[in-house]
Amino acid sequence: MPPVRGPNAVDIALTVNGHAATAHLPSQRSLLELLRGELGLTGTKLVCNAGNCGACTVLVDDRPVYSCITLAVACEGKRVETIEGISKDGELHPVQEAFIDHDAYQCGFCTPGQVMSIVALLRSKAKPTEDEMRRAVTGNLCRCGAYVNIVKAGMSAARRGTK
Amino acid sequence: MSLFSYAKPRALGEALRLLKNGTIAIAGGTDLVGLIRSGLARPEGLVDLTGIDGLRGWTREKGKGLRIGALTPLADLETSPQLQKLAPMIAQSLRDAATPQLRNMGTVGGNLLQRNRCWYFRDEAVPCWLKGGTRCFAAEGENRYHAILGAAECVMVAPSDLAPALIAYDAEIEIASSIGRRTVKLGQLFVTPSGRQRKEHSIKKGELITSVRISDAALERRGTFLKAMDRKAWSFALVSVAASARIKDGKARDVRVVLGGVAPVPWWVPAAHKLLEGSALDDNSCLAAADLILASAQPLRDNGYKVTLARELIRRALRSLVA
Ligand SMILES: Cc1cc2nc3c(=O)[nH]c(=O)nc-3n(C[C@H](O)[C@H](O)[C@H](O)COP(=O)(O)OP(=O)(O)OC[C@H]3O[C@@H](n4cnc5c(N)ncnc54)[C@H](O)[C@@H]3O)c2cc1C
Ligand code: SF4
Ligand code: FES
Ligand code: FES
Repeated sequence: MPPVRGPNAVDIALTVNGHAATAHLPSQRSLLELLRGELGLTGTKLVCNAGNCGACTVLVDDRPVYSCITLAVACEGKRVETIEGISKDGELHPVQEAFIDHDAYQCGFCTPGQVMSIVALLRSKAKPTEDEMRRAVTGNLCRCGAYVNIVKAGMSAARRGTK
Repeated sequence: MSLFSYAKPRALGEALRLLKNGTIAIAGGTDLVGLIRSGLARPEGLVDLTGIDGLRGWTREKGKGLRIGALTPLADLETSPQLQKLAPMIAQSLRDAATPQLRNMGTVGGNLLQRNRCWYFRDEAVPCWLKGGTRCFAAEGENRYHAILGAAECVMVAPSDLAPALIAYDAEIEIASSIGRRTVKLGQLFVTPSGRQRKEHSIKKGELITSVRISDAALERRGTFLKAMDRKAWSFALVSVAASARIKDGKARDVRVVLGGVAPVPWWVPAAHKLLEGSALDDNSCLAAADLILASAQPLRDNGYKVTLARELIRRALRSLVA
């Protein structure tokens, strides 16, 4: 039988942005709380806390998910990537560069989530159609309405290549 | 959120042993985590099913049909080119279900067993009939997203997009418990809340859905799934229609028309299937079938539009089978 863990705090070991990480948390805590509260990775944003907006999007084993409704304890052994993990050697990721070039945000609150959704798309499909790009960010609301430029930025990053 | 214990078994047998009083199964958690947060579910323990490898993925064997593991993420079904050919209504129904993130997380079993989206139900402060109270607040209140058909004490609607598509393939589900296994027609899983049954489906405590099966014969049908939403993405169906039929010499056989978003359960009318047997699915027969399906409609104050919408979606879905 597998161990039944909790209800009090449990140890959770996972990989975050390529590094081993551990946390000690009650089992009802979300992955978002683990990232922001325990690991200090505040790039991932908290807005609705209910799977209704996409601001908290991170990649778990390469797939975009809402970290606010993902239980931290369910991520034991998994590979998590956040907005902090995609730039290399101090250089912005090409998708981040493209967001700047195309003015793809106003307040910027949805941006980390939008970028993570596009990064995941471009990893699975280097040359997506515009429709695929648009569909990739349907799960990321932008209250400022920067959608047109978000899609433009994504397509431009795809053209330039993200390698 | 209340405290709960957590276990992630590797095998189905272990999961079934861990499911005792007070514990609830969790798959993608996309519905359950919200229900727990708002106090609508109060588990003492969660049994995470996502560690059980044998329940993920799908297989097709001639003679045995299509088998889809209950823990398969919705995204895997939506994006598989083979499956899009084999059972097109499944991918069509998932294309506009929720969002990419939710389809990565959400699973087949969880989608079928998700709870309804009535706003009075989701508001923990409202003690409505389904939650043990005495009144349905939607019946007299804000009900533009509620049922036009088949409701009793509770006028919520079946929210799943996948369920009508699977029912239009006559899908069966396999259910396991510590005392054995049973197979039921997916159409029979859903329950209209009424009388003492203040619930949405007939799964019992300690039971798990292990797979969905579709027969070879049903896979020969053409199928179309259409969904009307009040914006282009990220919303539940106002009305959805899954229509399927085997088309031979221009005539339809084994016709199925299953609706979501209109009744507390996925909705179909056997007499309409009979009416269309052998028809060429011309406009007139499609509309006659639609009228038969909607004959008992009793719209509420704000949802009469669903009757018009359903009639036209039924026509379009059926027509597309011969287009
Ligand atoms: C913002 C939002 C929008 C959405 N839009 C849509 C939409 O447009 N169309 C649509 O169809 N759905 C929609 N959904 C619902 C979503 O698809 C479901 O929440 C999801 O599919 C549930 O799957 P899950 O694996 O996350 O289930 P969980 O949340 O893990 O579980 C749901 C329920 O099923 C039970 N369960 C799960 N697996 C099993 C099993 N194998 N055996 C027995 N019991 C099990 C759990 O105990 C729980 O009671 C939406 C959800 C959200 C949050
Ligand atoms: S429709 Fe059902 S869930 Fe909604 S208020 Fe009425 S009884 Fe409650
Ligand atoms: S904060 Fe997670 S979806 Fe809104
Ligand atoms: S830039 Fe403000 S929410 Fe998107």
